[in-house]
Amino acid sequence: MEFLYDFSRILLATCRDVLPIIILICVFQLLVLRQSIPHLGRLVVGGIYVVVGLALFLAGLEKALFPLGKIMAKQLSDPFFIYGTHDIITQADWKAYGWVYLFGAMIGFATTIAEPSLIAVAHKASQVSAGTITPWGLRITVAIGVAFGISLGTFRIVTGTPLYLYILVGYLVVIVQTIFAPKSIIALAYDSGGVTTSTVTVPLVAALGLGLAATVPGRNPALDGFGLIAFASLFPIISVMGYAQYTQWFNQRKSTLKNKVHGEQ
Amino acid sequence: MILSIILKKLRDAFTDLLPIIAVIAFFQIVVLRQPLPHLEEVLFGALLVVLGLSLFIQGLEMSLFPIGEAMAQALARKGSLFWLLSFAFALGFSTTVAEPALIAVAKEAAEIAGKGGIIDPSPESLKQYAFGIRMSVAFSVGLAILIGVIRILRGWPIHYLIIGGYVIVMLMTIIAPKEITGIAYDAGGVTTSTITVPLVAALGVGLASTIRGRNPLTDGFGLIAFASLLPMIFVMGYGLIVFN
Repeated sequence: MEFLYDFSRILLATCRDVLPIIILICVFQLLVLRQSIPHLGRLVVGGIYVVVGLALFLAGLEKALFPLGKIMAKQLSDPFFIYGTHDIITQADWKAYGWVYLFGAMIGFATTIAEPSLIAVAHKASQVSAGTITPWGLRITVAIGVAFGISLGTFRIVTGTPLYLYILVGYLVVIVQTIFAPKSIIALAYDSGGVTTSTVTVPLVAALGLGLAATVPGRNPALDGFGLIAFASLFPIISVMGYAQYTQWFNQRKSTLKNKVHGEQ
Repeated sequence: MILSIILKKLRDAFTDLLPIIAVIAFFQIVVLRQPLPHLEEVLFGALLVVLGLSLFIQGLEMSLFPIGEAMAQALARKGSLFWLLSFAFALGFSTTVAEPALIAVAKEAAEIAGKGGIIDPSPESLKQYAFGIRMSVAFSVGLAILIGVIRILRGWPIHYLIIGGYVIVMLMTIIAPKEITGIAYDAGGVTTSTITVPLVAALGVGLASTIRGRNPLTDGFGLIAFASLLPMIFVMGYGLIVFN
């Protein structure tokens, strides 16, 4: 019964999210384009699938994974678990937080794999590139970027180093990579930064950040709890371009090797 | 036949979820050494997630992708720049302004600014501040999609615009109050929701494949990148205006 109540609440919220899109499309179809919508029946059925599917997805996450993930983030950042004593710690020791970094990396990777908007973009990219970009290849590369980003972000919260320094260095790396990366991947790489952080990743990662900032000695949750999402949207850009650069370099080397072999014959 | 397709979709969705289950189980059992609490609830929740994800992906291919591409093509064929750009702006603005994640972030930002003493901590002024952040983010996402569409039409290379944006972000970071930079950076990530992303991606790809001389891969993507960059600039800009 309680579940039904929760589910209808989420379903209503999802409908509210879709409402502006429906209004916008109807207004443009009827007033500006002045034509009927093609395959209307199929669209409506698909739209219902999207809304109901997303609501089920969110209800399931809220029921099972979010509470667990949030409790775990809290337990892992608990000073008693980290330092093994009940003494009050005044100085944070960044070396003691190994499990937190690992948890950050693994939960970042895992939630990115399950992120519906990334699945959608990977699907589209594979269609458009006629299969050169495989959906799983893109998703795993992005997930590795997020994993690294979250892990580094938790390290930043523990050490209390300023956020903007990391972001500036990250931007510089992106700029340098842009010069050398294959042109066809650049737009997709920039996009993959924005799609990684939505429904699944944000709640878990925000809980981890705020939990850490609240328990690490000397940190202020208001100032230090933020920034994990920014990291999670910066590093996938680097990993996607890096992977494209690696494949390009690998293929070039293979073809020069081949030419050499041919030359010797 | 239909059954085997459904089973395949469910299996795919289960594979997507598997890493999360593995990570949580590993940390719960090996690191924290605690049994999984409420096991049947967790299993039931996981079942819902798998079902929901397979339905969502099925619906994506039936509705969000085709409608995004059809709108892009119809508007491009109509040949009216004004309506195409209005659609782009309205799509970005309307899907962002009511986004729950954004409302939550704006509220939090107001509380931090109130505690930090940079704005008047009365509930009225906090509300106004949160509303200002929400409006600047929504406006910037609308503008971002609009700029992204112009870029596709003109065929400008994306990296000049994005790198230019990065430079502006860096410069503004130096002068913006530090109470707002963290939130501004995060605002870029939370704006694009699960329903907006596929629609926007389809819009870009649809436009790029309709216009002659554009490549769907190099020109069609990039709209989401603008939508996550511009809010950072606007939120910091809003902070600068309000605090000075």
